[in-house]
Amino acid sequence: MSSATSSILRRASDSLSARVRWHPLEIIFWIVAFAMIWLMPTRHLIMTEIAWLGLFALSLDLIVGYAGIISLGHAAFFGVGAYVAALLAKHELINEPVLALLVAGLAAMAVGFVTSFLVLRGTDLTRLMVSLGVALMLRELANQFGWLTGGADGLQGVVMQPILGLFRFDMFGHNGFVYCLVVLFVLFLVARRLANSPFGLSLVAIKNNPLRAAAIGIPVDQRLIVIYSIAAFYAGIAGALLAQTTSFASLDVFSFDRSADLLLVLIIGGTGYLYGGLIGAILFKLMQDYLSVLTPQYWPFWIGALLVAMVLIGRDRITAWNAPLRHLAAKLDWRATRRAAAAAAAAEDR
Amino acid sequence: MALALQTKGLVKKFGGLTATNDVSLTVEKGARHALIGPNGAGKTTLINLLSGVQKPTAGRILLEGDDITGLSQHARVRRGMVRTFQINQLFGDLTPLETIGLAVSERNGLGMDWWRVAGSKRALLEEISSVLERFHLADVMNERTAILPYGKQRLLEIAVAIACQPRVLLLDEPAAGVPEDERHEILASIAALPADVTVLLIEHDMDIVFSFAQKISVLVNGGLFVEGLPDDVARDPRVKAVYLGEEAHV
Amino acid sequence: MLTILFDGVAYGMLLFVLACGLSVTLGLMNLINLAHGAFAMAGGYATVVLVNNFGVPFFLSLPLAFLVAAVIGLVMERAVYVHVYRKPHLEQVLLTIGLVFMAVAGTDYIMGSTQVFAQTPEVLQGQFQFFGVGIGRYRLLIIVVCGVLAIGLQAILTKTRFGSRLRAAVDDQRVARGLGINVNAIFALTFAFGSGLAGLGGALGTEILGLDPTFPLKYMIYFLIVVTVGGTSSITGPFLASLLLGIGDVAGKYYVPKLGAFVIYTIMIVVLIWRPNGLFSRASTK
Ligand SMILES: Nc1ncnc2c1ncn2[C@@H]1O[C@H](COP(=O)(O)OP(=O)(O)OP(=O)(O)O)[C@@H](O)[C@H]1O
Ligand SMILES: [Mg+2]
Repeated sequence: MSSATSSILRRASDSLSARVRWHPLEIIFWIVAFAMIWLMPTRHLIMTEIAWLGLFALSLDLIVGYAGIISLGHAAFFGVGAYVAALLAKHELINEPVLALLVAGLAAMAVGFVTSFLVLRGTDLTRLMVSLGVALMLRELANQFGWLTGGADGLQGVVMQPILGLFRFDMFGHNGFVYCLVVLFVLFLVARRLANSPFGLSLVAIKNNPLRAAAIGIPVDQRLIVIYSIAAFYAGIAGALLAQTTSFASLDVFSFDRSADLLLVLIIGGTGYLYGGLIGAILFKLMQDYLSVLTPQYWPFWIGALLVAMVLIGRDRITAWNAPLRHLAAKLDWRATRRAAAAAAAAEDR
Repeated sequence: MALALQTKGLVKKFGGLTATNDVSLTVEKGARHALIGPNGAGKTTLINLLSGVQKPTAGRILLEGDDITGLSQHARVRRGMVRTFQINQLFGDLTPLETIGLAVSERNGLGMDWWRVAGSKRALLEEISSVLERFHLADVMNERTAILPYGKQRLLEIAVAIACQPRVLLLDEPAAGVPEDERHEILASIAALPADVTVLLIEHDMDIVFSFAQKISVLVNGGLFVEGLPDDVARDPRVKAVYLGEEAHV
Repeated sequence: MLTILFDGVAYGMLLFVLACGLSVTLGLMNLINLAHGAFAMAGGYATVVLVNNFGVPFFLSLPLAFLVAAVIGLVMERAVYVHVYRKPHLEQVLLTIGLVFMAVAGTDYIMGSTQVFAQTPEVLQGQFQFFGVGIGRYRLLIIVVCGVLAIGLQAILTKTRFGSRLRAAVDDQRVARGLGINVNAIFALTFAFGSGLAGLGGALGTEILGLDPTFPLKYMIYFLIVVTVGGTSSITGPFLASLLLGIGDVAGKYYVPKLGAFVIYTIMIVVLIWRPNGLFSRASTK
């Protein structure tokens, strides 16, 4: 092999592996997240909400940010997960929460798989209609089958058993928070791996140009079905976490507002880099905490105003808020700096 | 001689317009075959039918003797037939490195691999680098495709197809929009293809066509008009009439 | 049985008037406008306020509702929507959901969250029998008004100069611009007119659909179904889709009250499986 080729190969290999390397900011992010277990014990209830909302938004990012599917009804899978988890506990079918969580996620995944065939068909508009329709339909089902789901009153009298048989869900939400955070972290790791794999790359390609994706041999439909089902699994887990930490599930889990809020959560944080959903969840909850105290009833107005403003001002410009952060990130990444220096030195040699 | 590609009575109608009219084309294995014809003759439509982007109204398509008329686009690629596009169809958010890497890993059946990091196999990396080098894309391999200059994008357009290691390659005006002095890179890469790769080339530039083709088919109004060796086609008065007629309109 | 059919037709025609503006703007500008229902709501509240608070006669309030919604539509088109015509669908979805939320919460703030009705004149109340079919007077009015509108629209599209320009612009914007057609003005006018129609539909619909601030959310799925099932290439498509949906919904809720709500979803799914591009899309009409 010529030296030119081998230098290209080295650079190619470097850039590809740089995609998966952990950035210092990422490490800090997770250290801070886990430090919250000890740092702010009084805020664990809201942090629990942030954790499952972040997971839910992460799941939406997988289909919107990576595969380019717009959904107006992602709450459908969240809701299935929530009801399955609550029902399993209430009827003491599966008492151990982690196992129940898995089953709830799989149930949501099954619904995702079946509906993915409808979502695949047609245009963005059809996708909007189907996703919205599926969520509404599931809500109506839960409403009609009151004997099972408690109808409009919600599913009450759910008692959660200790996690792994060891850790009780305490009323301050300490164990609940740790539980959600660990689940979020594990699923995040999987998603991160997935996003950087050839599979993840093929999703971005499909989002960019499905015509060309098919022309280089990517089975577009199959990939979309797979990612839609995986996203449904994630959303189902998020819903199940909600049900398990609150011992409750109601029709509200399927609501349109939930799907729409979720879009906002993801948009605030930014799509297509996995952290968007998590950061969005933090900002959204803080905002909700603040604004809904001011005007509880008109909270949706502010959500709407924010969405409109974000689109009109331009999402690029708004997500530019993290420019200083990115700058810091570049500085912090000492390995990148070292590599750049090495490259410069090599260039001088020549 | 064995046939790489064959169509039987292929028809494509768009409403009242017949874009492909009863085309029965044969392309031999290893051929350097050019498809020419005036604007709107239905050349791109024919490629769309061959590659599965559009379904024919009637007729059959055979690839190396197997009927592929009902196969999806990606299945045809897996059987070794790959196309390029007249108008660039690229992945704006990906870099050339990622684009080529994707094509290579798909061909190696890693597309569903969600655990391995993209580009962690040595053999694949070698292949990716060699394509990048051959197409002069190494210097821009980490730039977003959307911001590349047109010439580089055009190279990438051809490079992705070749990264799929086709046995049958359909090129739709590969040099379209590329200035005269940058064309040689594209033409050289096509000339450098292994002899056993079958190439069907659409091109308006007659210099390119005659320097490349061993056989030429002329398409007019969706139908095959004349077919033959380059010299015969060049001398054919009917072909001249079609092209002159077209020029007279312009 | 026939009464149900009658009610279904009335309901379907109402849906058509509500949604046809959406289908034209979608076809013309490739704009996904989830906030379309907000314009209908504006028309509905306009009628309610005019009739109940200012004593405007009901029949006069209908054209006024059209005007109110059309003016709001025109202003919104110029101020907001123009910015997203060329943006990806995701942006359009985000923007218009935002508008829906603002409209819902804003209306709630101004008008209160309870359901409201406009007082209808006596002539429109009750039913009469016609060959044994119970005919609601109000529904008859709806059928007449919406039927006239549908025929009128078809005539405008096929017979007038504006209609032919509109169709040219839908077919190929670039060519239309090249021909010297002022596409922007057509966009604005069409948007305003479509919003106006929605407003009129909202005004007529208060009696049947009910009117409260969540109206745009509640009927979003109906509009989406009409547009996807009906396609955007003609107005016959959305018209037939509306009738199908209207009759299906009314009959479903009557015969199987418990599962009635699922009829529309079933229609949606069946159509999607059967005709992924919509029942009456251009591709399927050869
Ligand atoms: N999707 C389509 N719908 C309707 N008509 C189409 C479609 N695609 C192509 N056509 C028409 O079919 C005819 C053939 O078009 P095609 O693009 O195949 O020509 P071409 O030979 O590739 O021309 P060029 O040399 O300009 O690339 C043209 O009249 C074109 O307008
Ligand atoms: Mg062409």
